[in-house]
Amino acid sequence: MNISLFDVLGPVMIGPSSSHTAGAAKLARVARTIVEKPFHLVTFGLYGSFAKTGIGHGTRQALLAGAMGFKEDDERIKTIETLAKQEGLEYEFYEAELDGAHENTAVITFYCDDGSKMRVIGCSIGGGRIRITELDGLASDITAESPTLLITQNDKPGVIGAVSGLLAECGLNIAVMRVSRVARGELANCVIETDGRISAEVVRQLEKIPNVRSVRAINI
Amino acid sequence: MYNTIEELLERQRRTGTPLHRIILQNEMNLAGISEKEVYTRLKKRYEVMVASAKKALFQPQNMVLGLIEGQASCQQLYAGKQSICGPFLNELMAMALSGSEVNASMGRICAAPTAGSSGILPAVLLSVSKRYGSSEHEILSALLIAAGFGAVITKNATVSGAEGGCQAECGAAAGMAAAAAVTLAGGDGEMAANACGIALMNVMGLVCDPVAGLVQLPCSYRNASGAVNAVLSADLALAGQRTMIPVDQCIDAMYRVGKKLPGELRETALGGIATQPAGKEYAKQLQVLTSGKKEG
Repeated sequence: MNISLFDVLGPVMIGPSSSHTAGAAKLARVARTIVEKPFHLVTFGLYGSFAKTGIGHGTRQALLAGAMGFKEDDERIKTIETLAKQEGLEYEFYEAELDGAHENTAVITFYCDDGSKMRVIGCSIGGGRIRITELDGLASDITAESPTLLITQNDKPGVIGAVSGLLAECGLNIAVMRVSRVARGELANCVIETDGRISAEVVRQLEKIPNVRSVRAINI
Repeated sequence: MYNTIEELLERQRRTGTPLHRIILQNEMNLAGISEKEVYTRLKKRYEVMVASAKKALFQPQNMVLGLIEGQASCQQLYAGKQSICGPFLNELMAMALSGSEVNASMGRICAAPTAGSSGILPAVLLSVSKRYGSSEHEILSALLIAAGFGAVITKNATVSGAEGGCQAECGAAAGMAAAAAVTLAGGDGEMAANACGIALMNVMGLVCDPVAGLVQLPCSYRNASGAVNAVLSADLALAGQRTMIPVDQCIDAMYRVGKKLPGELRETALGGIATQPAGKEYAKQLQVLTSGKKEG
């Protein structure tokens, strides 16, 4: 039996819906983790049934709470808007026009304090599970079911070898690795799912590898 | 280690290993964790279940449109008076209603196997364990069996209302809970399997027709009746009644029947009571609320 008992008895979550509440919260929280920088404004473009069931299933509260870092089972999700106002966080919801996206898709844009902005697109696929499909226009496939490394690098030979070598040295087993690139010889990125938690030290070591441009760890 | 309930029973017959230990061992191998860790995680989930079964018993929970607000406390009050089914069943229903109320009010629940059916298993575990004076370890071991059966249903059928109707959610939850109830009452694996199959038979074809698309009505009543389904199926099995159709075949039947259900009756609010005049009226009220929020 390859289905975990804790997938049957779970997730532990804020109701009412695993796809429109728990999944929404997780999606925004993973997006926040990827962005990693402080922000003062976050906008949510909702598509499909996400847009339609917003009020009834608390999707908006869930998305906002996730973006603020709250976990999917946090009882403060219900009254998150009060908390957001207290913290001076600005937020906006709108209906997004997307082509052929998943029924429960959100476009989350973070306006960071350093003037930059980052756009994360993802969907809630059921049972509280999520998938991030686009980061700032670059296609991706992040589910955050296990600890995940997001690396962007220059598309040159040896980078992947150095990354996997370092992880092996640190005793981190690679479960899944996906490498893709925007254009040959230019930017590439790498998504690595590991069996164990990724420490800040590992991130620091990875950042030192030549041609590695950025490293982000998602330890959900 | 097991892909069907029959395989679980067969392994138990062959090796003499108790059912819950076969399920436990599989999880330990799958997740790479110890027995202690499995029980620790089970206990945490159980605690969330207990809290949700109790939270609304004396306190109505506030929710959008309020369709099921106060149902749990209403039933709990009645359970203390003279009733047709007596305190056991009425308290059972009150707890199942509480789970539904907590879920609908954006409270914390443990999906078992889904959020919409999360009122059933906790109510049954609490009621039956109280009746038999079960220890915590016995409850968690029964929970293992419920989860193992649930894993089989998830793998070989579906636990999604959108895919299989309410029989897939509340039916599955009742089947899981029936197996747990049999275990707490001292029944064996065969009886647990029979109870699960009977519970599924009892709701074969049950549709998903949520009023205004909310997880409130008729969901709360199907959690109440789902909990009762579980315990009546358990009693039938404990008396020696048999499914006659092996539980794995009942699970497959549920799956096929679910696929035959039209989309209107699979969590789209396009059929059943959702499209009756009163149902449409509630949907309109929600629309008004939604547009209000958009402009506000």
